[in-house]
This record gives sequence, C-alpha cells and structure tokens, in this order.
Amino acid sequence: MNKARQNPLNTAAMHGALILYTLIALFPVFVIIINSFKTRRSIFREPLALPDAESFSLIGYQTVMKQGDFFLYFQNSLIVTVVSLAFVLLFGAMAAFALSEYKFKGNTLMGLYLALGIMIPIRIGTVAILEMMVATGLVNTLWALILVYTAQGLPLAVFILSEFMRQVSDDLKNAGRVDGLSEYTIFFRLVLPLVRPAMATVAVFNMIPIWNDLWFPLILAPAEETKTLTLGSQVFIGQFVTDWNAVLSALSMAILPVLVLYVIFSRQLIRGITSGAVK
Amino acid sequence: MTALTLTNVNKSFGSVEVLKDINIEVEDGEFVVFVGPSGCGKSTLLRVIAGLEDVTSGEVRIGGELMNLTPPSKRGIAMVFQSYALYPHLNVRKNMSLALKQEGQSKQVIEERVAKASKMLNLEPYIDRYPSELSGGQRQRVAIGRAIVREPKLFLFDEPLSNLDAALRMNTRLEIANLHQQLDASMIYVTHDQTEAMTLADKIVVLRDGRVEQVGSPMELYNNPANQFVAGFLGAPSMNFFPASVIGDSADTILGIRPEDLYLTDEGPLTANVTHVEHLGGDTNVIAMMQDHQITARLFGQHQVNAGESVHFGYAQDRTYRFNPQGARLT
Repeated sequence: MNKARQNPLNTAAMHGALILYTLIALFPVFVIIINSFKTRRSIFREPLALPDAESFSLIGYQTVMKQGDFFLYFQNSLIVTVVSLAFVLLFGAMAAFALSEYKFKGNTLMGLYLALGIMIPIRIGTVAILEMMVATGLVNTLWALILVYTAQGLPLAVFILSEFMRQVSDDLKNAGRVDGLSEYTIFFRLVLPLVRPAMATVAVFNMIPIWNDLWFPLILAPAEETKTLTLGSQVFIGQFVTDWNAVLSALSMAILPVLVLYVIFSRQLIRGITSGAVK
Repeated sequence: MTALTLTNVNKSFGSVEVLKDINIEVEDGEFVVFVGPSGCGKSTLLRVIAGLEDVTSGEVRIGGELMNLTPPSKRGIAMVFQSYALYPHLNVRKNMSLALKQEGQSKQVIEERVAKASKMLNLEPYIDRYPSELSGGQRQRVAIGRAIVREPKLFLFDEPLSNLDAALRMNTRLEIANLHQQLDASMIYVTHDQTEAMTLADKIVVLRDGRVEQVGSPMELYNNPANQFVAGFLGAPSMNFFPASVIGDSADTILGIRPEDLYLTDEGPLTANVTHVEHLGGDTNVIAMMQDHQITARLFGQHQVNAGESVHFGYAQDRTYRFNPQGARLT
C-alpha cells in the first residue's frame, strides 16, 4: 500500500479484524488437533487444555490405524476428489470455452441450462441416481462417486469459467488462428493458462464439499473397499458410545491431504503470468 | 498482379449489416489504408480478409485465388493486432517462430528468418525475454516481427499504433513505412487516425457505415473529396462547413473551406468573433464564431489574435468546395 495513504490506526484495526477472524476460523481445528493427542478422560475434563505429560496419549491414532483400513479410505477419498476435480475442470473449461467463444443458436439458452444445476441441489435426485447406478452396476465403485461429483461440480465451473473466458483477449485467440494453431491448441495453450486463477477458484470451491461428503459415499459406495475417509470415520461414532479419541484423530489426519491440495491451488490463485500478454 | 480483390463483399451479424457491397483491389506491393470513424466496419473488413469472419456474400481473392472458405493460416497472410496479442508463455524467439513451426518449416529456415526479422526490428537484445518483460513499443515490434517471419503475400495491420504514446507512435510509423519499402510486400492497414492514413498510404479507402465512400491516393482525396464526409474526415483541423447563404449565395448549398486556406484580412467576406486561439509555435489556430457557425482558421506562423476580437477572413475562390444538403460534391 502507498505510504502516504497509510494510517497507523487503520492498519492496526485492519490487522486486528483479520487476526480475530483467523482465530475464530482456526479455533475448532485447533481444538480437534490438541484433543486428538489426549486421553479420553482429559478430553472431557479439560477440552481446551493443551496435552501435557500426564494427558498425552496416542491411543486415538492407534485405534484408527488398527481398526479398518484407513490408508485405503484415504486413498479412496483422494482418488475420488482428484479425479472428480480433474473432470470438473476439464469438462467445465471446455464447455465454458464453447459457450464464450463460439456463436451458435441457443448459446444463451444452453448457458442457462448448464447454470440451472447451481440452483437445484443434486441430492434431490438421490433415488434416481441410485437406481441408475444399480442399473449400470456402478454401485460400490469409486466411479459412482466420481460421476456424481463431476455432475455436481460442473454447473458452477461452467458458470465461473465462461465469465472469465469472455475476458480473454480476442486478439490473442485470433493471433493463434492466423498462426495456424488448432482450436484445441488455442484452448489448452493460450486460454487455459490465462484463466488459471479462475480454475484454482473452481477447484477449491469443489474440493472441500467432495472431500467432506458423507451422503453419496454412504448411499452409493458403502462397501469396505470403496469407503471414503469421512464414511470410514463414522465407525467410531456409535448410537450409544462414541470413541472420541479415534474420531478426533481420524479428522486430524483427514485435514492434511486437503490442506496440501489447497496450498497447491492457492499458489495458482496468486501467480500472475498473464501480465504482458495484451496491453 | 493483384494481391487482394474483394468483390461485392457483404457481411451481416444477424440483421445488422456491417459491410455493404465492398469492392476493393489491392495491387502487389501497395500500401492501402482503411480509414473511417469507429464503428464504420473497417476492422470487420480486415477480419473478413484474414478469414476470422466469414463473408455473408461476395468473394475474397488473395493473389488471385478464391479464399472464402480457406482458414486464416492458409491464406498467406500475417496480421498485427492492436493489443499486440503476444503469447504470454513464450519468449520473443518462440513467439516469432511458432507459426513457422506450425507450417512445418525446417529448423534452419526458422532460425534464419527469426534472425533476419529480429535484426530488421532491432529485437536482438530481447530475443530471450518474455512479453511481460518488454515495453509497449518493443511488444509491438515483436508482433510485427511475428508477421514478417512468415513472409506473407499480404500484411494486415489492425490499428497497430493506437496503444502507443505519441512519440513512439511517430517512430513506429516511420519504421512501418521503412519496412514496407524493404519488404516490398502488400500491406493493408486499418486506422481511425487520418494522419497515419495520409502519411503511410499509397491508397486510402475511406469507409463509413460499412460502405466505401471514396478510394484514392492521399492527395487525391485531400484535393478532390467526393463528398462532405470525406472532405471533413481528412485534414486536421477538419474542413469548415457553413451554408453558402452566409456569403450571400443560395441557401441550399454548403460551402467548405479548409482551415489552412483562410487568411486574415482587414476587409474580408467572412466576419467572425474569435472564441479561442491555439498558439502552436509554427501555426496559430483561430477558432471563431461566424453567426451560428464555428469556423477554424490555421494561420502559418505566429499571430497576435485575442479571444473576443472581431476579425475578417479571406479565402481564394478556387480553394472552396460546394456540397448539396445531402453531402454530395457539387463543384
């Protein structure tokens, strides 16, 4: 920021507000992580205390490792999330490019139709989806989840990306055409790199709900070998007894991969390679 | 041989007619400028020639061959865009060589042509830089270089100077003129700037509302405009128009006099009140109100004229133009 416009009071207030918000947002995560390292008794006695020599325990993590195949759950979640995201980004970007770049009859209508999915929750169609998956024999496969999440993510992706693609300079695309690049090359080599920040936004928006979803894994893929992490963690939550150590440990571990993915995408968010392409 | 022939070209977007019955010929080695106010269809016409837009009807021939359905890259053209349109992820060398690679040229040919073009445009020191590391003028030179390496039959320039500042614009204009001499290629240049048109063109095509108003050499258009629009569009400051009744002539004739053809006299046919004076050093522009009509006089040298004064202007009878109320030239 410009020095001349900097007011120490304003800066302090701004940072104060941001720090406060960060604390509020991180507090639940913090509580989950510290409690995952404590004995069951001290979780209930002093939920906010840091683990010390007396209350420190890895029993939660041990339970998680022993019971069920946690690495498999991890792997399932990761596969489903990454593949769904890849599909959402690829197909979303392609549809968005077609909608923003080519003039054809029913273009606006098609755009509206694709955006309709934002307003209608996909869970309304759960029964129909389940019937379809049964009919196609996809129940209890990761493909069932990947397909559903791709469908779920596409409307928002098309909506956001087509807005961004409209802003990509026509001259740049035309220069590519004059130079003999194919439409695919123009799309992949010229346009996609320029909308990378928007792609990252779409990825982050889609990633968290997919990773955290319990509904579709429970209905479409509850088998042991296709369980996702969120579903796998549910074994520790019983109707009468809940193994809090294990639940908190599982959740703590579940944060990690999604954090890594977030860091990857957020780097893209801030990287500006676009300057200098056009004036 | 003709480099480009447009025959009865029409273009409409939906029900909006953008180009109406355009007939233009560009000879080999000719520098043709399309000029007109914004929205007159000159850029669309260029895009039609480039193949970025299809014609609704009519024929586009480049080098004698019918090109209506040929994709841009196969038309033997190269285009320079207003916004440079450099590929942001490629350095200068790769920006220039991409099209040649697409054509399947050998490495040796690519290297030779890139070296030649970068030497011609003084781009050698920047050859490994990325577009974001170049200034506006350098970027435009890279864009021109990208066109040169293809050795096209026809160069297309789409307002290439309008993003540059005034000093750079003049330099780049000279460079383009030089380039035209060196390459001896046909060039089509679109601009709304009449100075660029006058200085660069062998032939100017004046467009208005999708129609060709007049075609001719710069001096032909300047000395002998076909109508009031062309007369007013070329020349700066633009031609003065007022009803001939002001000088006691018939009321349905419009009189046009160029600002440089007016001079101060003690007793002149035109009496006007000075509203504003622009001292440019070499010239003095006097803007005055004559009854309800604003007229501008461009006086050579420096003159002491003050706002609010009443002055008389004289003019030579043979330097006047007469138009009918529809704008068509009478004499």
